[in-house]
Amino acid sequence: MKLDAKIPEGRLEDKWRNYQVKSQLINPANKKKLNVIVVGSGLAGAGAASTLAELGYDIKCFCYQDSARRAHSVAAQGGINAAKNYQHDGDSVWRMFYDTLKGGDFRSREANTYRLAELSAPLIDHYVQQGVPFAREYGGTLVNRSFGGVQVQRTFYARGQTGQQLLMAAYSQLYKMVRAKKVEMFPRSEMLDLVVIDGKAKGIIVRDLVSGELKRYAADAVVLATGGYSRVFRLSTLAIGCNGSALWKAHKKGAFFGAPSFTQIHPTALPQSSEAQSKLTLMSESLRNDGRIWVPKQKDDTRKANAIPEQERDYYLERRYPSFGNLAPRDIASRAAKERIDAGFGVGRLKNAVYLDFKHAIERFGLETIKDRYGNLFKMYKKITGIDAYKEPMQISPAAHFSMGGLWVDYELMTTISGLYAVGECNFSDHGANRLGANSLLQASVDGYFILPNTINNYLANEIKADYPTIDHPEFDKAEKEVKSNIDRILAINGTKTVDHFHRELGKVMWQECAMSRNKAGLEKAIQQIKEIRDAFWSDVKVTGDSNELNTELEKALRLADFIELGILMCTDALERDESCGAHFREEFQTEEGEAVRVDDDYSYVSAWEYNNGDFKLHKEALQFEFVKPSVRSYK
Amino acid sequence: MQVTFKIWRQEGPNDKGAIKAYEVNGLTEDMSFLEALDHLNELLVLKDEKVIAYEYDCREGICGQCGVFINGRAHGPHDNMTTCQLHMRSFKDGDTIVVEPWRAASFPVLKDLIVDRSAFDRIIEQGAFISAKTGTAPEANAIPIPKEVSDRAMDAAACIGCGACVATCKNSSAALFTSAKINHLNGLPQGRTEEHKRVAEMTYQMEIEGFGSCTFTGACEVECPEGISIINIAEMNARVAKSKVFG
Ligand SMILES: Cc1cc2nc3c(=O)[nH]c(=O)nc-3n(C[C@H](O)[C@H](O)[C@H](O)COP(=O)(O)OP(=O)(O)OC[C@H]3O[C@@H](n4cnc5c(N)ncnc54)[C@H](O)[C@@H]3O)c2cc1C
Ligand code: SF4
Ligand code: FES
Repeated sequence: MKLDAKIPEGRLEDKWRNYQVKSQLINPANKKKLNVIVVGSGLAGAGAASTLAELGYDIKCFCYQDSARRAHSVAAQGGINAAKNYQHDGDSVWRMFYDTLKGGDFRSREANTYRLAELSAPLIDHYVQQGVPFAREYGGTLVNRSFGGVQVQRTFYARGQTGQQLLMAAYSQLYKMVRAKKVEMFPRSEMLDLVVIDGKAKGIIVRDLVSGELKRYAADAVVLATGGYSRVFRLSTLAIGCNGSALWKAHKKGAFFGAPSFTQIHPTALPQSSEAQSKLTLMSESLRNDGRIWVPKQKDDTRKANAIPEQERDYYLERRYPSFGNLAPRDIASRAAKERIDAGFGVGRLKNAVYLDFKHAIERFGLETIKDRYGNLFKMYKKITGIDAYKEPMQISPAAHFSMGGLWVDYELMTTISGLYAVGECNFSDHGANRLGANSLLQASVDGYFILPNTINNYLANEIKADYPTIDHPEFDKAEKEVKSNIDRILAINGTKTVDHFHRELGKVMWQECAMSRNKAGLEKAIQQIKEIRDAFWSDVKVTGDSNELNTELEKALRLADFIELGILMCTDALERDESCGAHFREEFQTEEGEAVRVDDDYSYVSAWEYNNGDFKLHKEALQFEFVKPSVRSYK
Repeated sequence: MQVTFKIWRQEGPNDKGAIKAYEVNGLTEDMSFLEALDHLNELLVLKDEKVIAYEYDCREGICGQCGVFINGRAHGPHDNMTTCQLHMRSFKDGDTIVVEPWRAASFPVLKDLIVDRSAFDRIIEQGAFISAKTGTAPEANAIPIPKEVSDRAMDAAACIGCGACVATCKNSSAALFTSAKINHLNGLPQGRTEEHKRVAEMTYQMEIEGFGSCTFTGACEVECPEGISIINIAEMNARVAKSKVFG
């Protein structure tokens, strides 16, 4: 199969318009006859479901939480980018496009990235109209701040709860369409398989998480908006229920997986404090606007942070990257922290953290200003750690955070299965090998609100005449049977170890070998180890309770089974890419100063993996840079 | 650290349910309360027992999915905190910790500590939105909004929909939740065109769902993780009166 990204003709500025002009339209009377399934109710899913419903399609929307309002988009703190140039600091669509492409280390498509920047301004208009209380100046206009990897202020925010506020807008709009009877909402429902009929996505198998019943749903197209899969590391900034199952099932049915190993490790999360820990809480990147990161110059310094004099502190980001300083991009900031921690300069009880210090900011701007900017983050920090960060520095540490990888999609956001789309964090599209802060609320939103509703018609226009798929089709029987036998098999093992035990094991291997820095030997070993974990899981896991009831342990087991297989693919992908780019840092490919060495001659492509009976086959989508010349990504 | 959990177990909505005691060893102070329950569940699995069903997702106090009664208080011993933010250092070695689901007629128990809060979604469905369609928005800075106005809207909009306000209220009133949403939208110029309809429909739905009426005890604002003030309820009541005149 040849990968066709379907990039439209024309200048970068004209591509999206050219696409829309040429794509097929569907008249309102026919839209009513078309059904679309949307799996996910985050910004991407809720945005897509509500907008498609407004356009006239009939929508079924699914999420695993008890309410659409809890999708993990809710947890984003820092903000959302848009090229509005409100601050008059030289921002433009082009600059935002370039920052994003460069931030991703030239491993994404120019056309997609440009479209992301182009649609950012209207998105802010949209959210303001939907009632998002973004931060304002006294004069009533919108405020902006900076995020990592850029030198302009283009980030919009709503206190430290930007994701929550955007999601509330999306959820309201979704429920507006529920009330209009154009969206049927299915909370507490987990997609466990995709149904493909004659090469086209035509439905899904869902487990009702309350009754345990398996249910079938058919539609003319299926949209996955299931978010990130970084829970494969177990410890991450994601919600506990975040999973890769919908993607994985689609992958096994023929959807190629793009750049699965590209994972963002966030530099500022709370450090792990015990084995029992279930999650790492993020401290927003916005803190790096005013906080300064440092470690003691002296190894194993046991003094309290405030007792260490200024000249004995190593502000290592400012030292290594003077022009971006504390706002160096995430991959770079995380690796720099790991470097210091591994070298023995870590702080905190387990020596696995660095300091994020607000002393200078408080002296400069006053306590009240800092409180106004970050009050709720400081409060959250105190609740979790018991420490008052107005008085002593925060202790922070890198944590798995965001999946740049995801299902491979073309310019229309369609996967390699006809009629199956992937939107939001679950696709691989705009962020390349590293995502810039505040760009993914943006991406999830524009995918859902603006792009998909203008591309799906191009496919659905040809489905009007197709027979409406019914759930009695043998492919539905087959898929449901497979799901059921998978569940029965897990329940029958009756082994000696818990699901969490295996998840901890998987997480350790993934974190050790497939996170901030990777090498050939380690990855090869990891693949072996994960296969052993897989075999042990399938012979020794113990899950109590039944399938026909609310069973949280079974839910976890099903998600983990998919994570284990996904972990193998991630390591395979990382092993294949003999270069360092963005968040993918292969130790064999670095300069003497420890900076990444990209190998454009051999690796300027998106890897797209095809599932092949338990094995994976690589396809390459070559990246063409027509408008920008890839440069060495430097933040020095 | 060792504690005794006394936990409400209930197979399903129609089961009677009862408290069951579990002695748990090997906990540490920096474990979160939910991690302590995770630990207990692992022990139960290994003893061939069914796990305790409880809810969570983000585990950082923002999704609103967690929420249980702990020693008689919604979300545990501290004011303005979610269950997932509670840590074992708030308890002492040897403590007995009683854990129960939210109790409210409008929040039926599904299993053990999990309740059905879909009544909240149905209140939202009745007008907690601005009817404009995607693609119709004017320039974002076209309507200036004074900082105080936007800050006040944000204060109200911070609600995470956890249901602690209902659970802790002796009347099981949803007034804090509903008023927060109404004041968020009605406080902004964009929400104003539909203000009266919104108030009327959302408060009507609140009654249909069987939530009790508010008698201003103030219990809710103490437990609300987002510190939503009961002034919101007074403001909502004023808006209800206004909507009857102008609506
Ligand atoms: C702590 C944190 C902070 C962040 N901060 C920022 C920030 O400041 N700025 C920024 O731009 N980005 C930020 N991000 C990233 C950003 O929030 C996400 O990339 C984005 O919100 C993803 O949106 P989404 O709609 O794709 O997925 P999500 O919001 O995760 O939604 C996924 C949906 O899919 C559903 N689902 C998943 N699996 C299944 C299944 N098998 N069956 C049925 N339903 C399923 C879920 O129920 C949910 O409704 C942050 C991320 C985290 C974790
Ligand atoms: S008002 Fe407060 S207590 Fe009530 S649902 Fe909202 S956040 Fe929870
Ligand atoms: S788990 Fe999300 S608020 Fe507690």
